[in-house]
Amino acid sequence: MFPEIIDTRPLRRMVDDGLEWMVRHWGDGFEAGAYPLRVLLNSTERFLLDLPWWLIILLLAGTAFAATRRWVLPAIIVVSLLGLGLMELWEDAIKTMALMISATLTTMVFALPLGVAMARSAVLRRLLRPVLDLMQTLPSFVYLIPVVMIFGPGKVPALIATIIYAAPPLIRLTDLGIRLVPPDVMEAAQAFGVTPRQKLFGVQIPLALPTILAGVNQATMMALAMVVIASMIGAGGLGYQVLQGIGRLEVSRGLFAGLGIVVLAIIFDRITQSFGQRLQERIGLAGERS
Amino acid sequence: MDLRRVTKIFGDRSDMALAMLNSGASKMEVQQKTGQVVGLNDVSLSVERGEIFVVMGLSGSGKSTLIRHVNRLIDPTSGEVLVNGHDVLKMSLDELRAYRRSEVAMVFQNFGLLPHRTVIDNVAYGLEVRGAEKGERLETAARWIETVGLGGYEKSRPHELSGGQQQRVGLARALAMDTGILLMDEAFSALDPLIRSGMQEQLLDLQNKLHKTIFFITHDFNEAIKIGDRIAVLNDGELVQTGTPEDIIFNPADSYVSDFVRDVNRARVIRVGAIMDRNQLAPCQAEVQENSSCEDVLPLFARHDWIGVVNDKGKRVGSVSAKQVIGALGAHHKLLD
Ligand SMILES: Nc1ncnc2c1ncn2[C@@H]1O[C@H](COP(=O)(O)OP(=O)(O)OP(=O)(O)O)[C@@H](O)[C@H]1O
Ligand SMILES: [Mg+2]
Repeated sequence: MFPEIIDTRPLRRMVDDGLEWMVRHWGDGFEAGAYPLRVLLNSTERFLLDLPWWLIILLLAGTAFAATRRWVLPAIIVVSLLGLGLMELWEDAIKTMALMISATLTTMVFALPLGVAMARSAVLRRLLRPVLDLMQTLPSFVYLIPVVMIFGPGKVPALIATIIYAAPPLIRLTDLGIRLVPPDVMEAAQAFGVTPRQKLFGVQIPLALPTILAGVNQATMMALAMVVIASMIGAGGLGYQVLQGIGRLEVSRGLFAGLGIVVLAIIFDRITQSFGQRLQERIGLAGERS
Repeated sequence: MDLRRVTKIFGDRSDMALAMLNSGASKMEVQQKTGQVVGLNDVSLSVERGEIFVVMGLSGSGKSTLIRHVNRLIDPTSGEVLVNGHDVLKMSLDELRAYRRSEVAMVFQNFGLLPHRTVIDNVAYGLEVRGAEKGERLETAARWIETVGLGGYEKSRPHELSGGQQQRVGLARALAMDTGILLMDEAFSALDPLIRSGMQEQLLDLQNKLHKTIFFITHDFNEAIKIGDRIAVLNDGELVQTGTPEDIIFNPADSYVSDFVRDVNRARVIRVGAIMDRNQLAPCQAEVQENSSCEDVLPLFARHDWIGVVNDKGKRVGSVSAKQVIGALGAHHKLLD
């Protein structure tokens, strides 16, 4: 046994009490702060559920065709979504999709400016790097604990945990993309007397866009990966079905819902990746970065 | 445009290296002792308004480093840069932007095109940055694209063009700015000989009309003497000679310069005005302009012993003989004898 050198109980009690104090005094503030997220998530879910199922399939297949210019992916999408519907997983799939889309959008709102700021300030990069490293190595479960403490179980905390989990790769790749803009192009822009704003929006962001899109792709995938875990605190959707399947030892329920998650992952992964590739071809960087 | 005692040392301990240079250490010593790279060492030159000033030197001699000082893409370690009466190094950020937008345009050795924009949007870029209205800038851009011979490529993207075509996009982009000063860093180096020679003539034509101040960089001596009013030769970060093309051909300052001069087709470069006998004004059957090259007059010696030389107003100013021409063509530099 490891000898008890000091009594750590007061320390632990302090952490617990502190968090409890925060919840008691600031809980309303947190709730209010999270209100926009609740609205975003609910309206996305409502909107998608109100759309006729065939329109959603058509929209996704159409986007896939626009992104890839081939019929393979749209065909896969139609078949697999029809399969999901037949397995009575349609509503769960939509709920999961809504959570993923809301999480990705919110992540973008936070991560893009952070990534840009990081690319421009060496100090900020030095500060943020270890934080991002930590965020990416922490097991995703760990995010759930404080979030649930503050908000209690439900969809919004699930969304918040998902956002925190999905943000690091997007921040990193935005930073990387901007710093990878060829120095000779930057220099030429400089020689024409660009303002910092003209440089950012006219040169850096357009040239970093393929890399940023790769970050969006990663954020989407991580959000989806978080869905199963988030279902434990009330996110619902396909993840909840998987969880129930495990809980009740109903292999079929878990398996089909799991396949549903795979289907969504494939759809969104392929679509965002193809858009990135087309963008890269357009600016002639194909092959240079992959 | 004046560059005064410009020294540029690359590296993070440049002040120490500068102190060593100032106390008389040679460039090699400084580089070996401090690990800093001396890009330019005490370069002074002045470019007159309206002239084409060519800087020539081998690869790595510091030409690109030098030209970047004019629009302050590089800050010198020490020295002054004066352009149109203002001190470029003392400008605030706003002043510097205004200066870059309206007074200097640059053609880059490695083009520096914006890969996500079409050719016409690239050419219009400087005007856009300056805040020109859309119709106007596209019209100007289209005109310059036509001038550099890229009509029909307006909607292409840079990566769809050959190196030479990309270089001409860079050229059109700088010319579209219509600034008083034009900085051209090996602006013709990626062109094939025919187009290159065409662009050189076009530049001279343009210069006759617009009288810009052109700072031109090349490693090709033939190009330098063709377009340069004056030429400066840069060797390893130091200026070794400045002068007119004839100065340099007839009196190369050292063996580095005479190595350049040796490859020159002297018959094409030396103008009869520079070697004629000004006292021989007896009537001649054949006459040539004083800025004709030796190559032009050589065939005439098949029939005549003396050929009259006239200036651009048609006034007789001297004569040349076959002997003088052959003497000038064969003249070896004193260092080589
Ligand atoms: N940013 C930099 N950091 C360190 N050294 C540099 C830097 N830029 C240039 N140098 C050095 O300065 C010297 C001159 O470079 P520069 O690019 O001016 O040569 P150049 O005459 O333009 O050559 P080229 O004809 O090949 O274009 C080279 O030795 C180069 O290594
Ligand atoms: Mg160079």
